[in-house]
Amino acid sequence: MPKTIAFQLNGRPASVEVDATALLLDVLRGDLRLMGARFGCGAGQCGACAVLVDGASVAACATEMGNLAGKSVVTVEGLGTPDEPHPLQAAFLELQAGQCGYCLSGILIGAAALLRANPDPSRAEIAKALDWHLCRCGVHNRVMDAVALAAKRIRAGAPA
Amino acid sequence: MSLPPMLAANPRLDRWVGFEPDGRARIAFGRMEYGQGVGTSLAQMAADELDLSMARLRIVPAATGDIPDEGLTVGSMSTEFSGPAIRAACAEVRALFTAAAARRLGCAAADLDVRDGAFLRAGQPTGLDYWSFAAEVDLARDATGEAPLKTVDQMRLIGENVPRPDLPPKVFGAAFLHDIVLPGMRHARVLRQPGPGASLKSFDEAAVRRAVPDVDILIDHAFVALICASEADAARAHAAAERAARWDHARDVAADLAEPASLKTLPHTDFAAGAPEPETSNRRRVTATYAKPYISHGSLGPSAGIARFEDGKLTLWTHNQGVYPMRALAARITGLAPADIEVIHAQGPGCYGHNGADDPPIDAALIAMRRPGSPIRVQWRREDEFGWAPVGTAMLMELSAELDASGRLVDYTAEIWNTAHTGARGTAVAESALSGYVDPGPQPMRLMPDGSRFSGGLLNVIPSYDIETTRTVEHVIFPPPVRTSSLRSLGGAPNTFAGESFIDELAEIAGQDPLAYRLAMVSEPRGRDVLQTLSKMCNWPHRGFPGSGKGLGLGYDRHRNRAGFVACAAQVEVDQDVRLIRMWCAADAGLIVNPDGAKNQIEGGMIMAASWTLKEQVKLGGAGITSTTWDDYPILRFSEVPTIEIELINTRDPRPLGIGELSQGAAMAAIANAVAHALGARIRDLPMTRDKIAAALLA
Ligand code: FES
Ligand code: FES
Repeated sequence: MPKTIAFQLNGRPASVEVDATALLLDVLRGDLRLMGARFGCGAGQCGACAVLVDGASVAACATEMGNLAGKSVVTVEGLGTPDEPHPLQAAFLELQAGQCGYCLSGILIGAAALLRANPDPSRAEIAKALDWHLCRCGVHNRVMDAVALAAKRIRAGAPA
Repeated sequence: MSLPPMLAANPRLDRWVGFEPDGRARIAFGRMEYGQGVGTSLAQMAADELDLSMARLRIVPAATGDIPDEGLTVGSMSTEFSGPAIRAACAEVRALFTAAAARRLGCAAADLDVRDGAFLRAGQPTGLDYWSFAAEVDLARDATGEAPLKTVDQMRLIGENVPRPDLPPKVFGAAFLHDIVLPGMRHARVLRQPGPGASLKSFDEAAVRRAVPDVDILIDHAFVALICASEADAARAHAAAERAARWDHARDVAADLAEPASLKTLPHTDFAAGAPEPETSNRRRVTATYAKPYISHGSLGPSAGIARFEDGKLTLWTHNQGVYPMRALAARITGLAPADIEVIHAQGPGCYGHNGADDPPIDAALIAMRRPGSPIRVQWRREDEFGWAPVGTAMLMELSAELDASGRLVDYTAEIWNTAHTGARGTAVAESALSGYVDPGPQPMRLMPDGSRFSGGLLNVIPSYDIETTRTVEHVIFPPPVRTSSLRSLGGAPNTFAGESFIDELAEIAGQDPLAYRLAMVSEPRGRDVLQTLSKMCNWPHRGFPGSGKGLGLGYDRHRNRAGFVACAAQVEVDQDVRLIRMWCAADAGLIVNPDGAKNQIEGGMIMAASWTLKEQVKLGGAGITSTTWDDYPILRFSEVPTIEIELINTRDPRPLGIGELSQGAAMAAIANAVAHALGARIRDLPMTRDKIAAALLA
């Protein structure tokens, strides 16, 4: 049975009419046309679909809408924009931390969650936090460098 | 002067270059960007030859009719082959305009220079630029190839780290084919036929409709598609359809065919080349067998495609390796004339060769032609990409060598078993489900310009050393037990893994240091350079003793035995598992158009090679592949990636030699040799899992 589910999406109120069992990834990409969270496996195994729910990184492909009423959801579109990029997005572009880029929006979300909890992560902590995320092109080292660079800038006062 | 082959095939200059009223230059090339940065490198070359800034370029989106036909974007050869074409075309355009400007100004062409499209005389503006008299210079003419290319010291953009224009959208939101939404678009999934000979025995349509009431079910012979209003509905309908279908003659693949050793039991054709069998001699003879299993491309996003059929015309959206080959494939399967098919390229996840990308557009086309009007989007599932996309073939490599009294390698035989490395090119998995399908049998052999047979299996099958006598035997298995096709480097990297492991074994038998043993067999100075550079980077002389649990190993090859030179080293620690600590790479790939992009590619290749070496193996069974999730098919993760240092040398050599596949073989070999050094025992069959480590230590 469809029902109305109201939540915060990228800082604005949103509401959708869907089954409680509908998956957040389908709603984001299908109903709301927000394409930043990507379909990679549909089974919580790759991290391509990661979004923040109340600040924690979760798999949108394995999150049911029924659990989201009143929660805050942030996708990569909500992190920043080309004009006002999040320090993570800016650092990823500066270091060209990407090849095909399919993994990047999920990784950016995972990194954003990490930096909230730990503003000065070591390389091992960054690797551990991102370990869920797969990248087939092999840009791991650049990604970790970019996360460390963004962390440094946020600590120095860059708005995140 | 002879034209670069891609320019000879598409000689009209206006196919490549044009000047648009808004002050930009239109540049078209036939190579597909799929995250490897080729679009950026080719644009840099165009801008440099035309003396334009990057901001002046408008790169024509890839679509049939709009770009030159350069076939497939494969084999790490885009800058090597497409580069000269785009450079020659742009240089000629610049020369034509310079000549025309000189006529207008009444001066010699040699007096003029171009800066960001404006013509200067003695450094002063002339008031002329490409756009001011574009109408007077007719580019609807064939290239002559007579305009000189810039020399290395004239280059301004080639050699610079120009950032990739395709990257920003990917960190802010929609960027991929997967993200395209067309008006009226419907979402479909195909129920895959369990093997080419399977026929649909029964299908409980009512059960599928109970799951998704408004599903449109299309059944044509063994081709079953579920067409829905949303992706979520299509997923539900597909899940119900899987339970609702009964099949006859489903394929049943034996699980042990996943092991490379099984290749020897399958039907094959043999090709021998090189020197005759060696005479019996009292030279020392050594043999060893190496194996590499079937490997998945493992693209991070399952493939997708869109098709629309309207008024007898088919439009396809694809993220594959070439819009023209896609059109040829669609024409063959649908029976439409190529002229009635338009193919539009959009960005996709990295493919690393022939992954599933060709298939969803064909699925979608077959559906769209039976449901004209609406665009049909087919998104493969993770299970489809792992289960039905072609995989890289397994290989078995039996190597033998004869050493002279000093231990020098003088006679080398490589006997390999594999399926055709490019076997599934030009096919789609949906084909066999259609009525009237006839198995085409083995693909006709591709011939090289010199008339020899092209075999991906033989790339780098002979190690890149001065060896007096060599011979090869290739056994090509047909039919393959599973759909196999091009995977990054084809046989090149696996052969270098085997050959360079073997060289280390020979060095040990000869009682020599592996680096010194190699250097004694490399006369080519550029090869020596990369080995010596690598030796400094990894502090080779302080390698430590074998069997300590810590190892340092190296690998070397010349890509395809004719292009770039590369040496890699790996430092590992081994207990139950292999831990990669650091890796190094010294590479000479000739002219480097974009050094940062080149390093990105080289490093990515090393990480993928590490993942192949340590973790990956496709598992077989039932209708085909059983490793259909990331849990069944682990790849290297963030916490497992080593730190990597790369040094590029000879980057101002005038010829670019290709980067995309360069590092993989040397990286695989470096890891294998480092593991052998750490263990004091050698693992010859991949992947180097816990079981194999334990077995090697017991052997
Ligand atoms: S798509 Fe959600 S984790 Fe892979
Ligand atoms: S950049 Fe391609 S998967 Fe990470």
